[in-house]
Amino acid sequence: MLPGLKFVAVLGVVVGAMGSIPAQAETIRVNIDKLVFAPANISAKVGDTIQWVNEDVLAHTATVKGDWDVMIPPKKTVSFVLKKAGDVEYYCRFHPNMKGRIAIAPK
Amino acid sequence: MFVRLSTAVAVICLLGTPSFAQGAKPTDPQIAHIAYTAGVIDVTAAKQAIKKSKNKAVVSFAKDMVRDHEAVNKQALALVKKLKVTPEDNDTSRTLTKQAAAKQAELAKLKGAAYDKAYAANEVAYHKAVIGALETQLIPASSNAELKGLLETGVKIFQGHLEHAEHVAAELK
Repeated sequence: MLPGLKFVAVLGVVVGAMGSIPAQAETIRVNIDKLVFAPANISAKVGDTIQWVNEDVLAHTATVKGDWDVMIPPKKTVSFVLKKAGDVEYYCRFHPNMKGRIAIAPK
Repeated sequence: MFVRLSTAVAVICLLGTPSFAQGAKPTDPQIAHIAYTAGVIDVTAAKQAIKKSKNKAVVSFAKDMVRDHEAVNKQALALVKKLKVTPEDNDTSRTLTKQAAAKQAELAKLKGAAYDKAYAANEVAYHKAVIGALETQLIPASSNAELKGLLETGVKIFQGHLEHAEHVAAELK
């Protein structure tokens, strides 16, 4: 586990134990390799962070039409916090054949 | 344009005809050269578009083409170096380059919306032609697994660009 993630996890447990938030936010990792989002379908909740890890030499995006647009440069990891509930389909603007889906539950 | 493109396809297809296939299907060094050339051609066309077009969607698409194909060709060069394969010029590469130069000269004469439409239409047709050549000729003929893998990723990239080009072409109508 990455040191940063461990810290977030520990913090989550501590805060959770204090009872100030009902469910701790999670970080969900989505790998991008050879123009594929993996896993392509994920379930999350509002407040969770999606972390896209781009293994390709190409720039990609995670784009929801008419809503958010996350740039994911080559060989970089980019995080995005989910702000509202709903089932969203996202795609890469540069390679629209790349598609993913997130079922976002309310907090 | 379609005549030229179908000639390009026919030339690429020649690699698979019995006369060529009998003891002489394209070698990995030739395949590497053809794939690299296909990328260079699209970069050259895109650079012309960046200079000529004033349409935001067209220029943005062209910049994506330059960035992607340059990145992939850099990866391809690293791979052939690692495999100690020297890309080898061949008739297919030469024909593709010659036809691309003719197409570029043709596009150079156009202006404004006419240019944008012609560039986008050519990008759609060109990406389709390359996907066809990769799937039916180059991938089956390649013997090195890593080269084959790169060509397979190449198909996905070209398919992505094709969809993107189709969106741009549809917006221009």
